[in-house]
Amino acid sequence: MTKIADNINPHVYEKNSDREVTSTERDEDVEDEFDEREIFDLIRNINDPEHPLTLEELRVVEESNITVNNKDNTVDVNFTPTIPHCSMATLIGLSIRVQLLRALPSRFKVTVRVTEGSHASEHAVNKQLADKERVAAALENNNLVQIINQCVAAQ
Amino acid sequence: MARLELVQSLNGHKGIVWNVSWHPQGKIFASCGEDKTIKLWSNEGQEWIIKTVLVDGHQRTIREVAWSPCGNFLASASFDATTAIWDKKSGQFECNATLEGHENEVKSVAWSSSGQLLATCGRDKSVWVWEVAGEDEYECESVLNAHNQDVKKVAWHPTSDVLASASYDNTVKMYKEDPADNDWTCIATLQSHESTVWSLAFDKTGERLATCSDDRTVKIWKEYKPDNQEGVIVTGRESTWKCVCTLSGFHTRCIYDIAWCHKTGLLATACGDDIIRIFKESEDSDPNAPTFELICTKLDAHSQDVNCVTWNPIGNQELLSCSDNGEIKIWKLME
Repeated sequence: MTKIADNINPHVYEKNSDREVTSTERDEDVEDEFDEREIFDLIRNINDPEHPLTLEELRVVEESNITVNNKDNTVDVNFTPTIPHCSMATLIGLSIRVQLLRALPSRFKVTVRVTEGSHASEHAVNKQLADKERVAAALENNNLVQIINQCVAAQ
Repeated sequence: MARLELVQSLNGHKGIVWNVSWHPQGKIFASCGEDKTIKLWSNEGQEWIIKTVLVDGHQRTIREVAWSPCGNFLASASFDATTAIWDKKSGQFECNATLEGHENEVKSVAWSSSGQLLATCGRDKSVWVWEVAGEDEYECESVLNAHNQDVKKVAWHPTSDVLASASYDNTVKMYKEDPADNDWTCIATLQSHESTVWSLAFDKTGERLATCSDDRTVKIWKEYKPDNQEGVIVTGRESTWKCVCTLSGFHTRCIYDIAWCHKTGLLATACGDDIIRIFKESEDSDPNAPTFELICTKLDAHSQDVNCVTWNPIGNQELLSCSDNGEIKIWKLME
């Protein structure tokens, strides 16, 4: 099946440099809490379903759109589809959610939402991504899991 | 202040445990989940242990299990689009009937109080009513397409053949059979929640209904019959259901389940913030504007979302709960 991408000519941004490891992080006696940069590093290399580009290069995910609260065990990620009618928004959101569910300790409550005002069906996409029963059912669909695995696989 | 004391923590399932269901006599319960198995637990001496594991009934997640009122049948609803009916006529539990018809995930199953009817619902937005037609035979009585999004939960009135369903479309609907033409129809739409309604529970009289939602509120609805003394306007022959109480500000995430004990009148909620809460109606509560007090908050009841709560039907203050991490817990409420 050949489908023309929703946004055939997206703007490509530069990648951020890799995180610098500080000496306190090497110190085993210092407790390292999760921070926004760490969450960003987990999702920046997710591939866009339609382009040979990462979510970072398309600025679908940005460190400034991530909030981590270690005390309340919450991780909130807002992502920004490249165009307001992107039909892949739910799939991108699901890929981010799956990647974080697999990588983070289970104590974290992960919320993935479309950045406010960036998508025509913002409310519907957010409601679907927040419904854990629908997400669980979707993750039993092997075809879908294969597509998600391709997205989250490191390039 | 009341407190919930842990009786026992039970591990046996792999992955999400979606539902637990007490046998009507309260000495056995069934559990089900992501691992596609049903486990039957019973109390041997001081300990709850797994008595039986039912496998091979379903190809995908088992979302809900329900005992028939007589306690001889167990129904299981699965994401594989089927509902299985299990019994132990042969001496051990076997699946002797499968209800097929839903297009995809079945999310809930419930027996009517008489045990003669079953209801199922699912992602295909429909609610099905089935009649027990004979030994291992079930016939579809009606397919109800009143909701416009997936249907999360079905529950029967405690004494009559009135059915209620909760949906992703933010509403609750009620149905009954029209005796004139034997057709099932939607007789009421309960609209007030601002997001998905995940679960619902009638009180023992069936004149009130409690609902819980992703909007983080619990709502209590009261039935007003056509001849009500309160002057609530009822159009047509069917009762009006009015929201008479909203419990907001208590829950911090989605509320997945609610249980209304028919013996004690206590309400329990299962929440995505890992907490079990117990509410008690105030003594001076006005029937037309009831008030409920939070009498118990069990923080970190589970280490992940609480998916289901259910009171032991014999009224001994025992409560079951289950969670995403494979865990089931038995609690005792000490007042």
